[in-house]
Amino acid sequence: MKRAVALTGAVAAALTLAACGGGGDSGGGSGEPSGPPQAGGVLRYGLSLAPTCSDPAQSATNQTIYVTRQIVDSLVDQDPETGQLKPWLADTWTVSPDARTFTFHLKPGITFSDGTPLTADSVRKNFDSIVALGGAKAPLGASYLAGYAGSTVLDPQTVRVEFSGPNAQFLQATSTPQLGIQSDATVAKSADDRCLGGNVGSGPFTYTEWKQNASATLAKRAGYSWGSAVFASQGEAHLDKIVFTVVPESGVRTGSLASGQLDAISDALPQDVSQIESGGGRVQFTANPGVPFGLQVNVTRGPLRDPAVRAALVPALDRKELVDTVLGPQFKVATSVLASKTPGYVDLSSRVKYDPDAAKKLLDQAGWVPGGDGIRVKDGQRLAASVIFAPVFAGNQAILELTQQQLKAIGFDLRLEPLSVAESNVRQNNKDFDFDYYNSTRADGDILRTTFAVDQRNLNARGPSEPLDGLLSQQLSATDPGARAKLIGDAQAAVLDQGLWIPTIELSQAIGVGKNVAGVKFEASARLQFHDTWLQR
Amino acid sequence: MGRYVIGRVLQAVGVLWAAFTLSFAGLYLLPGDPVDMATNAATGTPVDAAAAAEMRARYGLDQPLWTQYWAALTHAVRGDLGRSISSGQTVTAALGEALPSTLVLAGAGLLLAVIAGAGLALAAAYTRRPWLRGLLTAIPPVGASLPGFWVGLILLQVFSFRLKLVPAFGGTGFAGTVLPAVTVAIPVAAVVAQVLYASLVSTWRQPFVEVAFAKGASRWWVQLRHVLRPAAAPALTVAGLWTGSVLAGVVVTETVFSRPGIGRLAQESVLHEDIPVVQGIVVFAALVFVVVNLLVDLAYPLLDPRVVQANSRKERAHA
Repeated sequence: MKRAVALTGAVAAALTLAACGGGGDSGGGSGEPSGPPQAGGVLRYGLSLAPTCSDPAQSATNQTIYVTRQIVDSLVDQDPETGQLKPWLADTWTVSPDARTFTFHLKPGITFSDGTPLTADSVRKNFDSIVALGGAKAPLGASYLAGYAGSTVLDPQTVRVEFSGPNAQFLQATSTPQLGIQSDATVAKSADDRCLGGNVGSGPFTYTEWKQNASATLAKRAGYSWGSAVFASQGEAHLDKIVFTVVPESGVRTGSLASGQLDAISDALPQDVSQIESGGGRVQFTANPGVPFGLQVNVTRGPLRDPAVRAALVPALDRKELVDTVLGPQFKVATSVLASKTPGYVDLSSRVKYDPDAAKKLLDQAGWVPGGDGIRVKDGQRLAASVIFAPVFAGNQAILELTQQQLKAIGFDLRLEPLSVAESNVRQNNKDFDFDYYNSTRADGDILRTTFAVDQRNLNARGPSEPLDGLLSQQLSATDPGARAKLIGDAQAAVLDQGLWIPTIELSQAIGVGKNVAGVKFEASARLQFHDTWLQR
Repeated sequence: MGRYVIGRVLQAVGVLWAAFTLSFAGLYLLPGDPVDMATNAATGTPVDAAAAAEMRARYGLDQPLWTQYWAALTHAVRGDLGRSISSGQTVTAALGEALPSTLVLAGAGLLLAVIAGAGLALAAAYTRRPWLRGLLTAIPPVGASLPGFWVGLILLQVFSFRLKLVPAFGGTGFAGTVLPAVTVAIPVAAVVAQVLYASLVSTWRQPFVEVAFAKGASRWWVQLRHVLRPAAAPALTVAGLWTGSVLAGVVVTETVFSRPGIGRLAQESVLHEDIPVVQGIVVFAALVFVVVNLLVDLAYPLLDPRVVQANSRKERAHA
């Protein structure tokens, strides 16, 4: 049994490698159906992994969020184009000047799918319940509500949420499915019972069936009329039903899409693109916001203690080669410590660029001289370090192998340590690594604080340092979007100045879509929203 | 005979206990724990220490190893295997949901394997043309070495994506079961064919075969009436091996054919270090092995009466 599991793992790895070999062309592709949206029909969607839980508050993986996002509405919505916050359940909101108090005015007449009204008290009960679920069950929701002091119902349509300290990121967080609003009956359940498919929300779709590890069926909510301002229309969804089926094997997902057994699929791999397009379909993709893929540097280890070494690594990488060789045109090179779709991103491509001569010069000046095998040495210490990574993204291994070659060209010896997710967690928690390779998705610049602040997980193992520490905490008190963006922009430069993150590429989501499907949309966090989706029949 | 059965049942209980204990120890030795997995894996978001400690307490992971082991064992004896850490389902419910699909797949696969494997062995043992025999006996090693995922993908490519005869996933009944059953059956049929063929060949050399021919029986009649029954016994003793082969095939097959069965459940729970579910599956698999071997032992005397005589002689000698 165990051996069989290992075999499947090997198979997956082999397919992944194959996946990484081929580039992909998704620029061509036929366009989506045009004309006015048609109502009705069942969208058959193929997920790549089983959703873990039916509760939006406890959702963490993309495949889980693709399902749970559809059944809840959020207080506000975030425009994926501009990053601006728009009305959804709340039509207006105010933030106190100290960024500790947030007041939301709800639209009137909103009901949950069990018929009960959605009121200010529902919002209070939801936030209270997420704090009670805690960081272990609701890691994202609980981190958004860190410092939660309580909610007060001012009147049935108005709720005031207070924090013990400044928490400017909270406003964007209220647009996420993790802080979506569910009915009183649902939030009164235990954490485990909230996972079993009985969740009641006010969203454009409702659960009709939940089969753990197999499928989830959603039906249109009749009478829905409070859609977000980001939606194409505020009324009911176009689709009658969505059937999510877990189809773990990528070749089977692609074949099913091309042969008309599915209408849309997750994680279309580069080598599947031509088959999808030959069936009349297309691949839609979008870059994830947040911290792009990169090497987080443990500044207490070996040669990485030398700031000149950390500075030399940034121009040593040819990111375009990484994208062109391994990933294909759906992917972008990283140009800062934030991905380009993140609000507050600043383009630092003048610094995050390929310039091997500059890298070598920095190392020469710092006294690292090439040894007999081409790897540099200083005071008897070799310029070498290893990187830990987990197979959470199919391209990781191939990207890092190419990175290894690129770094060798400047005399740096990078060793690869592929780990299971569990092993990687243990090594992270013990800060037992030289480099850690990963990314984080969040459509708010506060992801810089959770990734780099000295009082957070601090995988850099660094000590206090200005101006970075000040910038990361000040952005939490900045209520003016312009002022906050300035602080977040300066923080990106400060992270680079200290050599805490060596950016590589931005993650993208690639969704395979059949020829009869229109209006499949990514929300601001690069997850799917099916309200505007329709089928041409 | 009664004593024999009691002995076998006690042995079975011992095997179940050992499976439970070894899986507990194995999972305990894995790096990290399910709380790390649940809180860190997907999000990369740090969880404050208090929340993680609270969750460890909820699942008893903060208790000493022996306390955890004893609690899990006593609950398991009472039929309570706990709750899945990642999905919140009870383990018995998760197994119960996954089991029917796996039973159908394993049953159909086994049936196909026995028919195909036995047919192949009988044909190879029957023919007197060396080239045909060589060809037929070359098939099982090929079947045994074909990777299941590859067979499954090829079958899907041809019969589902191109010919559109059967659904690629989510199907029930004949159309939904035939391709996965063939995928499971191929390596098992190879084992059945190899063991049965070897046994048939050695039985053909027995003196009673010549006696049967002397009575004027035809070659087919001798093979079916006189050779097959004694030759089947050794093949049946490795039924435990078939079962293992089927269970291993089920893991890969359920992934390729998107079937929500025990194999998929096993794979997903190992990935998430979902200890209660993995333990439930290990104990369940051990139970299947024990029951299959017990049934084979009990069926053996029916095929070969000498076994019972030998046993009763032994019992008499001990008494």
